[in-house]
Amino acid sequence: MVTSLGRRSIGLVTGFGQFGRFLGNVARALPDVRTWGGLTAQQMRRLGVDSLPIALFIAAFTGIVLALLASYVMTGAVPPYLVGTLVTKTITMELGPVLTGLALAGRVGANIAAELGTMRVTEQVDALETLAYNPYAFLVIPRVLAGLVMFPVVVAFAMGMGIFTGWLTATNLLPITNAEFMRGARLFFMPFDVWYGLLKSASFGFVITLIGCHLGLATRGGAEGVGRATTRTVVYSAEMILVLDAYWAVTLLRGHFQ
Amino acid sequence: MIEFRDLYKAFGANRVLEGFTLEVRDGETMVIIGYSGTGKSVAIKHVVGLLEPDAGQVAVDGQVVAELSRAALTGLRATIGFVFQFAALFDSMTIFDNVALGLRRRPGISEGDIASRVAEALALVDLAGTERLMPAELSGGMRKRVGLARAIALKPRYLLYDEPTTGLDPVTSAVIDQLIVRTREALGVTSVVITHDMRSAYTVGDRIAMLYRGRIRQVGTVAEIRATADPVVRQFIEGRPDGGRAAERASLSQTGQELGLEGVDA
Repeated sequence: MVTSLGRRSIGLVTGFGQFGRFLGNVARALPDVRTWGGLTAQQMRRLGVDSLPIALFIAAFTGIVLALLASYVMTGAVPPYLVGTLVTKTITMELGPVLTGLALAGRVGANIAAELGTMRVTEQVDALETLAYNPYAFLVIPRVLAGLVMFPVVVAFAMGMGIFTGWLTATNLLPITNAEFMRGARLFFMPFDVWYGLLKSASFGFVITLIGCHLGLATRGGAEGVGRATTRTVVYSAEMILVLDAYWAVTLLRGHFQ
Repeated sequence: MIEFRDLYKAFGANRVLEGFTLEVRDGETMVIIGYSGTGKSVAIKHVVGLLEPDAGQVAVDGQVVAELSRAALTGLRATIGFVFQFAALFDSMTIFDNVALGLRRRPGISEGDIASRVAEALALVDLAGTERLMPAELSGGMRKRVGLARAIALKPRYLLYDEPTTGLDPVTSAVIDQLIVRTREALGVTSVVITHDMRSAYTVGDRIAMLYRGRIRQVGTVAEIRATADPVVRQFIEGRPDGGRAAERASLSQTGQELGLEGVDA
């Protein structure tokens, strides 16, 4: 047991050390704008625009469920227009960013880890180096930047879709008028809610792409290694999303109660 | 000139290179032969800084590779073409973009110049007209030729070939061998070719070095290697299942048993 504990501790320290070295390499590649500048737009399309359908799909159904759930919970106790409040606040501040983040951890994170992992085991990363390219500038920075910029954009669309389907559900399936829903939505609305959701999603995008790139480039051992890197990316990304979600709540929401 | 000076490299408990020393002279084609997994590819990856030695040095034109700054290493890499075992083409790029990638890194080359250099390199490997294809649309032999075109498009001073004929049929292997010879004649490059295909080694090499147990067992001209009396080298070049290596194994095993050791194996 002691041996096992010792091995795990060494593994943990080594893992952090490797991640630290990876971050150092990324930082050193930042001045190489000539390489990553032209590739970032392409990654923004792949990571962002191509992720819109799955994000909108999830948001659409979340909005429907949320409106019905809010109505069910509040029946007779509070004014019906608060359905609008609950749908808007919850989608904007929590479910939009977190559910989209979790979906994109699977779609984007796994995609990056599999692509870079395959490039590593087929020596394409080595080939880049022999062609005098810095692989961190060529492969990592465009993806991380794209994640940082495009996740908030995707989440913004998801927020809009979730609120729209929530409104559609409330006004068609519940005894709530358009005016009541809009009144509820406006009553407690603060611009901070949107910034809060978008800031969170930017941090999710940053972390998911960073983990995918790190584990992808660290892949060893052929197809099995690629599979392992992909799975670990999804698991670690999902965990980090929940950790960051709590972190932003503690740092940015706690002050509002004081 | 490329110099491997008393090079040591291990991966965990697996000691791959143990005092590997070899000199590749300007203008020659040095073929490194040896059994699979003996560290031939590991050795040449040190030349372009893809691996760092545990001990010893690799020097190119007197510059010790492991001591170079990132910028100096990038400069050195610009003078070396590396042909990978499985070509290592970028799946998401066309053949044109694969060959052009290294050229786009060079300052002062216009897109027009790049296009003509790519066409020239592809023509040299008999693949003119494949520019718009994707790597997945090519056969294994064609992919290797594109890998060679990518390396020679840069007009390097050195070319490193990592098992250029492995996995190819005899005719395609002969085509690749011809290309290696033709490239040397056309560009006057210094080359290192890793292979365990003796027909290829005799065709392309000026000198042949055999890597065995982490170090050079013998180095000599093609004629010298063909006439070698070393039983290990003889067994390898003749491709016999029994011979020097097997005898050496048996001798080691017997010595181990005499010393009371179990599981002694070469």
